[in-house]
Amino acid sequence: MGFKEIDHSADLAMLVWGGDLESLFKDAAIGMYALMGIHSEPPLEITREIFAKSEDKESLLVIFLSELLFLLEQEGLAFAILDLQIHTNEVKASLKGSSISEPVKLIKAVTFHNLEIKRSAQDFMVEIVFDV
Amino acid sequence: MIRIQDLNCISPYEWEIPKTFRADMRVPVRIFSTREMLEQAMQDKSLDQAVNSATLPGLVGRVTIMPDMHQGYGFPIGGVAASAYPHGVISPGAIGYDINCGVRLLASSIEAEAALPHLEKLGIRLNQLCPSGVGSNGMLDLSYPELEHVLREGSQWAYKKGFANEADLRRTEENGMMAGADPAKVSERAWKRGKSQLGSLGAGNHFIEVDVVEQVFDPKSAKIMGLQQGMLVVQIHCGSRGLGHQICSDNVQDFQNASQRYGIQLPDRELVCAPLDSPEGRAYMGAMHAAANFAFANRQLLAYGCRQAFEEVFAGNFRNMYLNQVYDIAHNMGKTEKHEVDGQITKVCVHRKGATRAFGPGNPGIPAEYQEIGQPVLVPGSMGTASWVLVGTQTSMQRSFGSCCHGAGRLMSRSQAKKEIHGNQLFSQMEKRGIHVQAGSLSGLAEEAPQAYKDVDMVVETVTRMDIARKVARLVPVVVIKG
Repeated sequence: MGFKEIDHSADLAMLVWGGDLESLFKDAAIGMYALMGIHSEPPLEITREIFAKSEDKESLLVIFLSELLFLLEQEGLAFAILDLQIHTNEVKASLKGSSISEPVKLIKAVTFHNLEIKRSAQDFMVEIVFDV
Repeated sequence: MIRIQDLNCISPYEWEIPKTFRADMRVPVRIFSTREMLEQAMQDKSLDQAVNSATLPGLVGRVTIMPDMHQGYGFPIGGVAASAYPHGVISPGAIGYDINCGVRLLASSIEAEAALPHLEKLGIRLNQLCPSGVGSNGMLDLSYPELEHVLREGSQWAYKKGFANEADLRRTEENGMMAGADPAKVSERAWKRGKSQLGSLGAGNHFIEVDVVEQVFDPKSAKIMGLQQGMLVVQIHCGSRGLGHQICSDNVQDFQNASQRYGIQLPDRELVCAPLDSPEGRAYMGAMHAAANFAFANRQLLAYGCRQAFEEVFAGNFRNMYLNQVYDIAHNMGKTEKHEVDGQITKVCVHRKGATRAFGPGNPGIPAEYQEIGQPVLVPGSMGTASWVLVGTQTSMQRSFGSCCHGAGRLMSRSQAKKEIHGNQLFSQMEKRGIHVQAGSLSGLAEEAPQAYKDVDMVVETVTRMDIARKVARLVPVVVIKG
């Protein structure tokens, strides 16, 4: 499992891969934080839960990451994903984290641009483009 | 992948991707560009995204791409597309997350030469009075009833509160207030994000810049706008902050289902759309206009902050000082306008994503003082290079639904820019050239380095050769405030 930044002329993009959907979602969160300059896990002081439903897994991924962006912008909180479960287009995540100093970079939004979670023999993969 | 041989060269500055290029295209794509800039653009996905955009239902005329084009997410930056009422579509992703991101230009009576000793102090005060940065809160924390007024009234709210004068309103696109804004269609989350952010610059490529009018190309138009060679001016570039981002995110998510319900097949999910006269289309239009009003009021408050900074720094040293608004234009917007299509005056929704309105002389949509010269078109260059003031022409109405370019346009990715350019070196280089910089982060500064952008002079040359705008003045920076 992992992620890497990929080139985009104006915005930010990353490739994420994982052995299962849960790992993919977790690494997408870690990767998104990294793109904003948040590299280390925050102290585990505050607990939050995310629960979301959607029509498909891509849409679910956008909702999940958007929720983390909202918590960062509104409350200044960054989280480690302690537990994450996905069942038929529903995601439930337990988060623990703390307030952080201002991120280095702003991500405005998680886009649907060419968003498709692809499955190979070993991995799930997805390319995500963020508006900055 | 599109190759240069897939395009028809119409002139050295105009290219076409015919409708026959791909079966799902509903209209052709017309690109205003030199061959060199076109070949640069072909290194990213700008043209593929332009072809994808041409598949939106109900489009009329053609998709037009400006020379500052670059890859976006769904719709290319620099793109203009018009869909016809009532059955054409509106696409939130084709307007963008930063709804009514735009530029405001203020002209001063202060001679740059005489202001030199004060510029560093001016930069510091501008930075203090105009909040910027990633999570920056604005000048005001609004109550919800007050925010509702902002969403309905835009700059007109700012005028009532003493943050604007009559000329500011008159010299703002739509007089600073989009009619038909519907705060009830704005999500609770967007309200929450907007409440504390009014009067803030944000981060990314947003900036406040103090420039000098380096050269005047059209003295008559410059005079009418209040621009004089050698004088200081101020540019403010920002949009609707978290409120606009949330409205776009909410609607791109909601439209995923709506597109399916209306049986609309699209090559990219970011282009999701709904008919203009559908409940979804109307709801988005109401929310998008509310975000546009927030952005007009946001730039108005920042202009107020700039005036305060100028007053503090210059009032004792310069007599009869002023900072008058030249114009304020949007470059991420969906606007309901009337245009001639196939010989018929047609009501359309013009999507401009990284493109500005550029109405020609005599258009009722521009203020009385600009009727003779056309609408001011503001084209900020990359940080540290030139910016341009142009005016729209009658030809822009025929060629580009009354639209023009919005900037220099990116050439290099942010990660590549950071690899090749060091923020601290860039900072020193700019200081050596006499440009005072106030930046939130050095890495952010490196991402916005001039080398990461196209040559704005060539972009402007292209639009003037296409006669969709005329040159009025070229500006060069002396103070840069970056979030």
